[in-house]
Amino acid sequence: MALLEIQRVSRAFDGVLAVNEVSLQMDAGETVSVIGPNGAGKTTLFNLITGLDRPDRGDIRFNGESLIDLPPDAYARRGIARTFQHGRVFGNLSVLDNVLLGAHSRRRATQAQAAWLHLAQELFYGLFWPSSMRQEEQALRAEAETILAQFGERLLPRLHQPAYSLSYANRRRVEIARALLLKPRLLLLDEPTAGMNPAETAEMLEFLHTLKARGQTILLIEHKLSLVMKLSDRVIVMDEGRVIAEGAPEVVRSDPRVIEAYLGHHRTGEGDTAADEDTANKARQPVVAGFSEEAI
Amino acid sequence: MESFLRTFSDQTINGLVIGNIYAFIAVGLALIFGVGNLINFAHGSVFMVGAYVGWVCMTWWNLPLAVAFVVVTLVCALVGVAIERFALYPLRGAPPIAPLLATIGVSFMIDQAVQLLFSRNPHAFPNPLIEHRFQVGGVTVGAIDLLIAGVGVAAALTLYSFLRFTRWGWALRATAQDREAALQMGVNVNAVNRMTFAIAAALGGIAGLLVGMYFNTVYPTMSFQATFKGFAAVVLGGLGNVPGAVLGGLLLGLIESYGVAIFGATYRNLFAFIILIAVLVWRPNGLFSLKPRVTQEPLTGTFIAKGRPVPTPKWLIATLIGVAFVVPILAPNPYLLQILTNAWLLGMVALSVTLVTGTAGQTSLGQAGFMAIGAYASALLVLRLGWPFELSMIAAAFISAILGTLLVFPAFRLRAAYIAIATLAIGEIVNQVILNWEGLTQGAMGIAGLPPPSLLGWQMIRPHEIYYFSLALLCLAALVQWRLVRSPLGRTWRSLREDEVAAQAFGVNLNRYKTLAFGVAAWLAGLSGAVTGHMYTYISHETFTNTTSILALTMVILGGMGNLLGAIVGAVVLTALPEVFRGLADYRYLVYGLTLLLVIRFRPQGLLGTD
Repeated sequence: MALLEIQRVSRAFDGVLAVNEVSLQMDAGETVSVIGPNGAGKTTLFNLITGLDRPDRGDIRFNGESLIDLPPDAYARRGIARTFQHGRVFGNLSVLDNVLLGAHSRRRATQAQAAWLHLAQELFYGLFWPSSMRQEEQALRAEAETILAQFGERLLPRLHQPAYSLSYANRRRVEIARALLLKPRLLLLDEPTAGMNPAETAEMLEFLHTLKARGQTILLIEHKLSLVMKLSDRVIVMDEGRVIAEGAPEVVRSDPRVIEAYLGHHRTGEGDTAADEDTANKARQPVVAGFSEEAI
Repeated sequence: MESFLRTFSDQTINGLVIGNIYAFIAVGLALIFGVGNLINFAHGSVFMVGAYVGWVCMTWWNLPLAVAFVVVTLVCALVGVAIERFALYPLRGAPPIAPLLATIGVSFMIDQAVQLLFSRNPHAFPNPLIEHRFQVGGVTVGAIDLLIAGVGVAAALTLYSFLRFTRWGWALRATAQDREAALQMGVNVNAVNRMTFAIAAALGGIAGLLVGMYFNTVYPTMSFQATFKGFAAVVLGGLGNVPGAVLGGLLLGLIESYGVAIFGATYRNLFAFIILIAVLVWRPNGLFSLKPRVTQEPLTGTFIAKGRPVPTPKWLIATLIGVAFVVPILAPNPYLLQILTNAWLLGMVALSVTLVTGTAGQTSLGQAGFMAIGAYASALLVLRLGWPFELSMIAAAFISAILGTLLVFPAFRLRAAYIAIATLAIGEIVNQVILNWEGLTQGAMGIAGLPPPSLLGWQMIRPHEIYYFSLALLCLAALVQWRLVRSPLGRTWRSLREDEVAAQAFGVNLNRYKTLAFGVAAWLAGLSGAVTGHMYTYISHETFTNTTSILALTMVILGGMGNLLGAIVGAVVLTALPEVFRGLADYRYLVYGLTLLLVIRFRPQGLLGTD
């Protein structure tokens, strides 16, 4: 049985189909990348998988269970963790606290289903600090430091600094560390190398390779195609809300539909105004550049 | 049937006239919200200034009514410009809650200034119009009704033509739609802001003048009521929607008028607050909007400035506590002890505010409501059921925690400034219910003869006794809260303050953690209220007002959001300072308002830093 199964999912905003009849399957241990021009619907798809948004139609099943009626906070408990496209660290929390929050759904006090029991436990632990809670915190802290240590000396010396003081790249690393402390069965990374220079990107690639080697299931959105091609088992190409191609990296790379989508040829002659064409191309430019430099 | 119809049509006229005035207030609020994305708490104060300026024109200077209108319009427009220039303009780029808090500070200052100039007593407002009432098709209409309707229609037409046909009107609408784009197109958005404030304030001032004439009286507390009626009308019509604000105002006037006819005059203010909450919770875009707004707005629910707390070593805390405990020995001055006792009890409320607002990020302006619940619960348990104080005090805290959380629960989905308005309304609703539930609370009479606090037979009558008791309670409360906010629970609370979406993605159930934050906070505030009530031996619906809530929030902002020691320091400073320098006592709200303004402007992290 597939770990993640997306069945003909659609989501429209004000009449624009951001995600249009998308289906996708992932097995445990796979690394799958979703690529496509800006506005193709990749992040919307991520929001649907993580419960931040709800599909208008279709079903999303995780480990055999349908997710779409669950509240957003129920996804973490099932082992789905994510990072955000524009970065969402907790600015005034320390690096360590940011990462520790990733373990929220693992903490003993949060296990109770019944609201009153859950709250009573949180209150009890918070007031009396029993040794079981202290030990749990110690263990989680050690785990958090192990994860952060994988980024070398970038974050370890900054454990107690507030996250708002970090560089953009370091905030991304904190987000990934936070997601990893959840011990996710499925890790969704939304542009993990955005804003990183080539050296930092190479470092991130190596880090993701290690994760993959350990059997971590990863669903990745990324614009840097060289990274995608090196890392992915499978690549899914989206354009205008649809999946236009899917397969092994080397197959997708030479698919004419993909090249067309990236270069935007198919739009001409479809009644789009010149102005539309212009903006569409502008939006795509960075991608085209990346594509030509790195992939072709 | 005949008389019912007559009453009905009279109430309709009455409601439309009052609604017309609400519409004036609401249009100003809607303009400011539309252009500046700001909820202006000082609007009612400008309204009151309008009423007083009109009163001065007509009683001191004997000016004709038409001239009074012109003077009121000009003076209020100037006041509006001044508020924008000196209180809000310096805060551009700050989180949206900052200018909101600044307008609260401004309203404190204006209200107190008017009180100082004209005394807090009401003044009779002369009616320059003929007293005759006309019979029109079975309905009686007074000259004042016609005047209000006429001014209303004229103002609406003027405003419409201005917005529709003039360049400045276009600039205003462009700025309201998209500030950045307007700026790019060369619109001077700062000038537009100032102009909007001038227009809004002028409309508010005219409303004040009309209300003064209508009720034949002016008084300083008319300010807060006006602000709130305006909010309710704006929210009914949809925030930032100017025609909606007019409709909302008229609707609110009608609802109030019919409501008063059915339930009685003491219910008058309850309707606006209930409408406000109900619409915010169930129709946050107002009754007249078709499309729900996209909910992914930036999360700026609270006023958390970047920065670390000032380090406070253990020995320092121990020393401070030690000093507090020897004060009654070194300086056994009953007056001083009374002030400090007040500071300790308000310090507990400040702790509760810093928990919900500072740690959990839910700006609360309703803490006095929790105090009132606690005070009444304890008073009734002791006087009606004969419970001992030590038991009633604890029970009162739990009753406050449960009732308070239930009251706020519907507002949990609100964010940013809306939760502040909702909690303020909830605090008011508590007091309105106390006023009207006479069977339980003795209504406006209040409850007298509460026994002083006691502990196992020890009656606390002398000042130092209750001083020690409240200080001990405060220390205990601070210790409990310190443990909570340093535990994983505290981390979770802070995460939802920083970013609700990210917190949720990591499994944080927002409602549960807000419940916990408000529960603990209402528990603390309820405990403080219970002790305060027994200390005063008398409580009424006017003992714990929104002023107390705002004061508690000011203490927290002064000390530093989420900072426990900061909350207590803020409580001591703001309670004691006006008393220590006796000259300041008469100006205390000026001091509070100015403190709020200056801290937000120059030290947003507070004295001891946010935590």
